Amino acid sequence: MDEKLKADLSKQGIFTTSLQELYNWGRTSSIWPLNFGLACCAIEMIATTMARYDLARFGAEVFRPSPRQADLMIVAGTVTKKMAPQVVRLYNQMPEPKYVISMGACAISGGPFKQGYNVLKGIDRYIPVDVYIPGCPPRPEALIDAFMELQKKIDAQQLTGENRPRHLNADHPSEFVVPQFGEHDLEPARNPAIWKPPLVQIAQTGSDESGNC
Amino acid sequence: MNLEIVKTAIEANVPGCRLELVANPSPSGQHSLLLDSQHALAVALYLRDAADLRFDFCSNVTGIDWPPRELTEKVKVKKLVDGPNGPEEKDIDEVRTTTIPGYLEVVYHLYSVEKKHGPIVLRMRTQDRDAGIHLLSLTSIWRGAELQEREIYDLFGVVFDGHPDLRRLLMWDDFVDHPMRRDYIDPDDYEYEPTPHDEVLQRAQQHLRQSDPVRQSEAEGR
Repeated sequence: MDEKLKADLSKQGIFTTSLQELYNWGRTSSIWPLNFGLACCAIEMIATTMARYDLARFGAEVFRPSPRQADLMIVAGTVTKKMAPQVVRLYNQMPEPKYVISMGACAISGGPFKQGYNVLKGIDRYIPVDVYIPGCPPRPEALIDAFMELQKKIDAQQLTGENRPRHLNADHPSEFVVPQFGEHDLEPARNPAIWKPPLVQIAQTGSDESGNC
Repeated sequence: MNLEIVKTAIEANVPGCRLELVANPSPSGQHSLLLDSQHALAVALYLRDAADLRFDFCSNVTGIDWPPRELTEKVKVKKLVDGPNGPEEKDIDEVRTTTIPGYLEVVYHLYSVEKKHGPIVLRMRTQDRDAGIHLLSLTSIWRGAELQEREIYDLFGVVFDGHPDLRRLLMWDDFVDHPMRRDYIDPDDYEYEPTPHDEVLQRAQQHLRQSDPVRQSEAEGR
């Protein structure tokens, strides 16, 4: 529909919209997060929902205690290998459409515990992440920013066509492999369908004066 | 708190126990007592209940892994050597290497809340790092040691006999390794390292060479 005509009509008190706009507006304005925190980032998440920062202004006032009623999983904190299967299972139990915010250095990459034996090197190895927030922990403003970023992302989604979101595409899975506890590590250690290691030039980053790399 | 006095007091009151004073040469001078594991319970009970000691609070339990070490020392040995006037005795330097077998050590830090003194440091050693990894649990004396002994069982693999609930604490039950042992090899998940250096860099390169030789050789050739 013509944008100018739409604006003119709205001045006359006639509101026009498309199904896509209505649908996206509805989803954007009521993203209910899962009531779920893993470590210190969760304290910042709680602070974000409290009166000072008031995440409720963005339609996320109800943290749902059940994954069946939640739209958004905020992975707030360190994901240990022992906790990873439960996180993935909670994500699988959420109904589509569902979104993930990876909050803080630990949830993105393992953070300060990346070289440890018991911390998952990023939750994006098992579930698809929509927005990453760096920080240790990120301030509430950063979480609000991530939230608004997610809202923009939802608002821009096309309901039809090639780029339609996952929940409208029957070919795309809505459940992901839950890792099992192995003898030395989680099995599988990553979900190759959704996580590919980024291209890095390790030889260059590591060369020292002696010429060895 | 003079450890020598405590040691003589324990030896006088717990018959048969073998104690050894492990000196700490650092400025802090926190010396410790090495207990033999057979009498550990009796010694612990004495430390807790003796009227002038009353170590009622076990603040910390931790483990140490000592892998087998090699000691090299030069020793002068008399040997028969062929000289110009026939065989004669001479002092010859010889390098001897002795292997000290590895063991696991558990360290307890005790305080007395009642008497306001402490800490006193107790150590116990296992026989080796493979089969003889049993020690007596002191949880029956200090209840607070329960979780920490479970943690040591999990991370170092010391089996505490008499522990009420000896399960892994941090890792899952099916996990077989003991991550805080020095010979622990962590799983190869070094696919992506944003700023690798030192050992991590080596691991990352090794991983990339194995998993993606083409891409890595391109990167190294550049």
